[in-house]
This record gives sequence, C-alpha cells and structure tokens, in this order.
Amino acid sequence: METAIFLIFAALALGSAMVVVTHKSPVYATMSLVLTLFSTAVMFVLLGAPFIGALQVLVYAGAIVVLFLFVLMLLNISKEEHQQEGQTVHRWVALLGAGAFIGLVVPLIYRATQSRNAGALTEEFVSIREFARDLFGRYLLQFEIVGLLLLVAVVAATVVARKPPAAPSGVAGADSPISEVEP
Amino acid sequence: MSLPHSVPVSWFLVLAALLFAIGVAGALTRRNGIGIFLSIELMLNAVNVELVGYSRLLGERTGQVMVLFVMAVAAAEAAVGLGLFIAVYRQRRTIDVNRLNLMRW
Repeated sequence: METAIFLIFAALALGSAMVVVTHKSPVYATMSLVLTLFSTAVMFVLLGAPFIGALQVLVYAGAIVVLFLFVLMLLNISKEEHQQEGQTVHRWVALLGAGAFIGLVVPLIYRATQSRNAGALTEEFVSIREFARDLFGRYLLQFEIVGLLLLVAVVAATVVARKPPAAPSGVAGADSPISEVEP
Repeated sequence: MSLPHSVPVSWFLVLAALLFAIGVAGALTRRNGIGIFLSIELMLNAVNVELVGYSRLLGERTGQVMVLFVMAVAAAEAAVGLGLFIAVYRQRRTIDVNRLNLMRW
C-alpha cells in the first residue's frame, strides 16, 4: 500500500518537476511547482513527519507560490523569449552537471543506507508534541533567529521593491546603480 | 496509530536527489529570472525531503526542525528575490538574465 502511494507520488513529483524546469510559460511552471510541493508533502507524511507535510502545503504551496504568482501577474511576463544561439551547448552542460550530481550522490546514499535500517515508526517520533518540545526547547535560539531573519527579509523586500521617486534619500542606493548605466 | 512502513528510506533519498538534479539543470538552463527562482525552490524542497529522510533513518527529530528553518529561509529568499526582480523590471523592462549583465564583468 505504502509502496503504491510512494510510486504514484514520486512519479507525479518527478513529472511536475520536469514541467517546472522546461515549460515556456512561467505561470504553468509555477502551478506545476504546486503539484511537486504537494507530492513531496505526501513524502513527508510517509516518512513520519505529518506536521512538516502540513507546513509544506500551508507555507510553501499556500504562501510562497502565491507570492510568485503575484509577481508574475505584476510583471506580466507571458513567455520566455526565443532562445539564443549557443543555447543547446548550455543545455547539454546542464544535463551533464545534473547527471554528474546523481552519479556522485546515489552511491553515497547507497553506502549510507545499506548498513542501517529505519526502525518502525513510533508514536513518540511522529507526535507533534515532541516536535514542538524540540523546536521550542533545544532549538529556541535558532527559532528566534529565523524569526528575525524573516522580519529583516520582509523589510528589505518592501524597501527594494518600492517606487524610486517616492523617497530619494532612503532608496537611492538601491536604485541608482541600475539607472546610471541605462542608455 | 501504528504506521507500517514498507518503503525503504533510500528510495526517498534517491527521489530527493533526482529532484535536486532536475532543479540544478533548470537553474542552469532557465533564462527567465522567475524560472531560475522556481528551480531554486525545487532544490530547497529536494533538500527538505533529504533532511526528513535522514531524520527518519537515524530516528532523530533534528532533521525535521532543520526543515522548518529551511522553509523560513526559502520564504525570506523568495520575498527579497522577487522584490529585487520587481525593482529590476521597473528599470530595465526585462528579467531575462542574459540581458541583465550590469554586474557581470
């Protein structure tokens, strides 16, 4: 049963990931990313991390992808422009890099997992209570730092994306280097 | 609630490696800035699967906490990066990375 679920969603994840990478229209690629994220949420549940799976759907598919779609609508980019010459070489090099990565990592995974078996899932491992105890106990400081990082990122994003002429003093540093070189 | 587990963890790890490789190929071939970003999200996601997989393998919950942090960092990165793209698009009317070569040389 688990094997069937795994195979179905693994195929779904890989297929939609291919669409993310190859589709001409960024909107379709983004929607396909949602599918990949849902499939990996299923993987998290299968691996005994239901809370991470729920977070994946809520935060990734719900918030981050919506952010992408908003920007796509804002910028109104419909299709990628036609490929320039030399693009096929580029593509082959990228495939080579990806293949080399697979060739390096898969033997490592094999060596790491052959001698070790995952025990049966325990109630304690799956429970959200224990997860929260870890998160707000051992990793409290890191958690606070991540919160600070998010705050800084949001402030930075608003400052960077603000219209230039609104406040010339504060934003000038962010915008002038680009406009200087404009023909 | 007993969850039988018949799928070997290594399958998940290999799946994550494949997803990461697809993301690498995408980040290298995409010319659209948003497309590169999508590929990076794909790679971050693959790393998340890998982290949860190893946390399952070792019976240690630290990997899951890490995933939470990776998600937060991905959100921060997406917010700043998309803000940058908006700023660049306002100036240049394009986010094609082949034509955004101001900082290249």
